[in-house]
Amino acid sequence: MKAFTYERAKDPVAAARAAARPGAKFLAGGTNLLDLMKIEIEAPTHLIDVQDLGFDKIEPTPDGGLRIGALVTNTAMAADQRVRRDYPLLTRATVAGASGQLRNKATTAGNLLQRTRCPYFYDPNMPCNKRKPGSGCGALGGYSRQLAVVGSSEACIATHPSDMAVAMRALDAVVETVNPQGRTRAIPIAEFHRLPGDTPHIETTLTAGELITAVTLPKPIGGTQIYEKVRDRASYAFAVVSVAAVIQSDGSGRVAVGGVAHKPWRVDAADAAMSRGAKAAAGELLAGAKPTQDNAFKIPLVERTLAGVMAQARAA
Amino acid sequence: MPELPEFETSRRGVLAVGAGGAVVASTPAIAAPSAVTRGAVPSSQVAFRVNGKAQALRLDPRTTLLDALREHLHLTGTKKGCDHGQCGACTVIVNGQRINSCLSLALQHEGDEITTIEGLGTPDNLHPMQAAFVKHDGFQCGYCTPGQICSAVGVLDEIRQGIPSHVQADISQAPQVTNMELRERMSGNICRCGAYSNIAEAMAEVAGAKA
Repeated sequence: MKAFTYERAKDPVAAARAAARPGAKFLAGGTNLLDLMKIEIEAPTHLIDVQDLGFDKIEPTPDGGLRIGALVTNTAMAADQRVRRDYPLLTRATVAGASGQLRNKATTAGNLLQRTRCPYFYDPNMPCNKRKPGSGCGALGGYSRQLAVVGSSEACIATHPSDMAVAMRALDAVVETVNPQGRTRAIPIAEFHRLPGDTPHIETTLTAGELITAVTLPKPIGGTQIYEKVRDRASYAFAVVSVAAVIQSDGSGRVAVGGVAHKPWRVDAADAAMSRGAKAAAGELLAGAKPTQDNAFKIPLVERTLAGVMAQARAA
Repeated sequence: MPELPEFETSRRGVLAVGAGGAVVASTPAIAAPSAVTRGAVPSSQVAFRVNGKAQALRLDPRTTLLDALREHLHLTGTKKGCDHGQCGACTVIVNGQRINSCLSLALQHEGDEITTIEGLGTPDNLHPMQAAFVKHDGFQCGYCTPGQICSAVGVLDEIRQGIPSHVQADISQAPQVTNMELRERMSGNICRCGAYSNIAEAMAEVAGAKA
């Protein structure tokens, strides 16, 4: 691990100012950042520990939604009675991710910001445009079974690893931030994560030093909410594909998919096609997909997983 | 990883003690802040309680909670397995919650209350979970066992608190102590000897349930 200095922030705007300096990074739970620092894929020179900033509460919003503080742990969010009752999709997705120990430390904002688990990103002996811009992509033409099938580029076929974020995407969550000048803004989650394009190292639309303070959920939309995660082990494994769906009694609904793209993947036309069945909706979701030989199986797998989810919803 | 002065010091200390055949290391001299201030590495102070005892350390900021426990406080019951949060051997209980001590900087734990395997029970006065692991053969080589036991204690507490899990059929209900629940909740603790079935039985006994 490279040497760094450490401070515990007492004020969000001061923290944002400190983080805008070159080499500085926020530290929340640390479960992903420290992992990457140990292999020097992340090498910050200064860490700003934000645990004392008070963003650890879940509160109702005036319009009937829920505001989840950036530092609420994954365990606390998944266990909250309001989340379980009104946004069961979010609880389901969150407890499908990581292990109990990790969820006790991992935070809402940190989960959104976690880096890909692409093996070529993790291996410093391999080229990776995300780890080292311009070095090439080892995954293209390499072993790509786990990697992206849609929204990818010639520079990067990494996937976003989060389960929680897929549910957040289906629920139209909004990311609240404050910047070094003290200005706040609300970023719809659809616009929060970026596609790789030719700059896969830039993963979100956050600006320098911008600090996530909360994630808000709009008023509950009801419906049958199902998170179905397909993985290689029954527990503690990243998704091969995952489907987050909210299905209303008339068969209409919305769907977001994980494990297929650089961001939680949702397409308007797929939502519109939900009442026409899994084949129609999955076809819209994965229109323009460019799978590799290794991961072409994800295309039918998404459709079949969605068909299973729709059948569960009908039976509910 | 660069060679850290304090790392060398504590390693040498452990080796010397081992060669002399002594069982108890003279921890205060090694754990004292003054012993680790040599060299150019910037150091920071942190104070927390470990197994009920106040501890103040001066550490290289890179020191994980795991390394602070093992290398500075010489509480070597907590084990370093993968050092990347994948195996669970480093699991300890912080402010009542189980975490991976390898993925946490010691400096993040100012003021925290930390419980390691040494604080759960002693050879003469085992924690009920330790006694159940012995009774049910919940281990073979034993390397993952301190993490398994700390995690198991945390799991039963999480079920008591009603924290939901992936295998619950209905997350609006309180979780039950079933074999499936215990296995799912323990999935962050790997046992390469494969003692999983016996671990689940030990946990079920402590919880007062049938595995």
